[in-house]
Amino acid sequence: MTTATKKIHVTTTVNGESVEFLCEPRNSLLEVLRDTLGLTGCKEGCNNGNCGACTVIINKRPVNSCLVLGVEAEGAEIETVEGIADARGLHPIQDCFLEGAALQCGICTPGFLVSAKALLEKKPGASEETIRFDLSGNLCRCTGYDKIVRAIQEADKQLSASTDDSKTND
Amino acid sequence: MKDFQYAAPTTIQDATSLLTEHGSGARILAGGTDIIVQLREGLREADIVVDIKKIPELSDCQYSDVSGLYLGAAVACCDIYENADLAGRYGALADSTHIIGGWQIQSRASVGGNLCNASPAADTIPALIALNAEAQVTGPAGQRTIAVAAFCKGPGKNALVDGEFVVAIKIPPQSANMGSAYQRFIPRNEMDIAVVGVGSWIELDTVGNIANARLSLGAVAATPLFAEEASQFLVGKEPNDDNFALAAELAKQIVTPITDMRGTAQYRTHLVGVLVKRTLTTALARAQA
Repeated sequence: MTTATKKIHVTTTVNGESVEFLCEPRNSLLEVLRDTLGLTGCKEGCNNGNCGACTVIINKRPVNSCLVLGVEAEGAEIETVEGIADARGLHPIQDCFLEGAALQCGICTPGFLVSAKALLEKKPGASEETIRFDLSGNLCRCTGYDKIVRAIQEADKQLSASTDDSKTND
Repeated sequence: MKDFQYAAPTTIQDATSLLTEHGSGARILAGGTDIIVQLREGLREADIVVDIKKIPELSDCQYSDVSGLYLGAAVACCDIYENADLAGRYGALADSTHIIGGWQIQSRASVGGNLCNASPAADTIPALIALNAEAQVTGPAGQRTIAVAAFCKGPGKNALVDGEFVVAIKIPPQSANMGSAYQRFIPRNEMDIAVVGVGSWIELDTVGNIANARLSLGAVAATPLFAEEASQFLVGKEPNDDNFALAAELAKQIVTPITDMRGTAQYRTHLVGVLVKRTLTTALARAQA
């Protein structure tokens, strides 16, 4: 009988809060987020890096959390779909997905929201082609891509308008 | 996934000790986009996973006009194509790193890992071969350098021995009269494995003829290929469509593709010709820009 590998203590930041957990080296970050930390927004789709349903942001970059070991989160800053809305309400991307009916079964939606947030923060005013290229790592098996792209374009407009407003208010 | 230990050494010496101690039971973790899938699906096994991302030399990325590019083996794909200076100099490398998987994969996957994984259809390897890159390797017996063109030994097999790992990839310096490109054919728009991939690099002389050229082919043999004869043919020639077409015919002669669900051997051979011409045209435009 082999002895179980010792669990490793990890300290990380999730959605702005310092978090500690214990995990086995073989546990993926996706497993840790869902099963240990109770953050079930990220979904397990393919579990091999194709579908993007488990997308989270680590140190400002979108990654597939199924392809990250939990132990690699040590010292990282992680953002999940749970951190997108704030106390004032839903994020414009979330509002636009709802208003534009940019989801059918919804399994891919958290991954799309996280990727879209990363995209609009990095490339405000992105063209449709850029949106489609940069979101090619998120698959929707209901194939509602057109509505998803339109929702992201609308959110982009709202975000740039609110940025303009805040400039005017200054 | 089977249980394994995890270590994240911070020096090359410590990593070498761990890899030497555990031999073939040790697996290196850089971006994890191949190895984690392989461990999960039982395609590879590990007693210990050695995360090399905390070793400074593995994450370093520097360019100099004298020594060229030092690309730490763990540098992620997005760090290459998002670096305008690097992407401008090494067009083929930027092309290939920008189409590996989606954004999530590019945030993590490293060129060093793509090389070590030694897939015949790897996107960065033809780009690296065209750019005449070499792998700087360290191990229990010390350092050695392996040309990328000689690094792959078969599907999933590379030239490293137990205890060795790639520290960095080094690519010769580039000047304004050089240009390179990588293209692949896939039936989808994005997120697919190359049916064929081709890397081209050319250097122009003072009158605008080809002074040097390197062509490389992916997914048409057990390893990515350096198309030596086709490359040599271009030396001294005018960079025009006729010569590109003749080089394409020479490149087609060295391929030994398989027929699978992605394409037949005949189709792959045809694609080699198409992509050699297209990548040479792009490489030329970049060398003339």
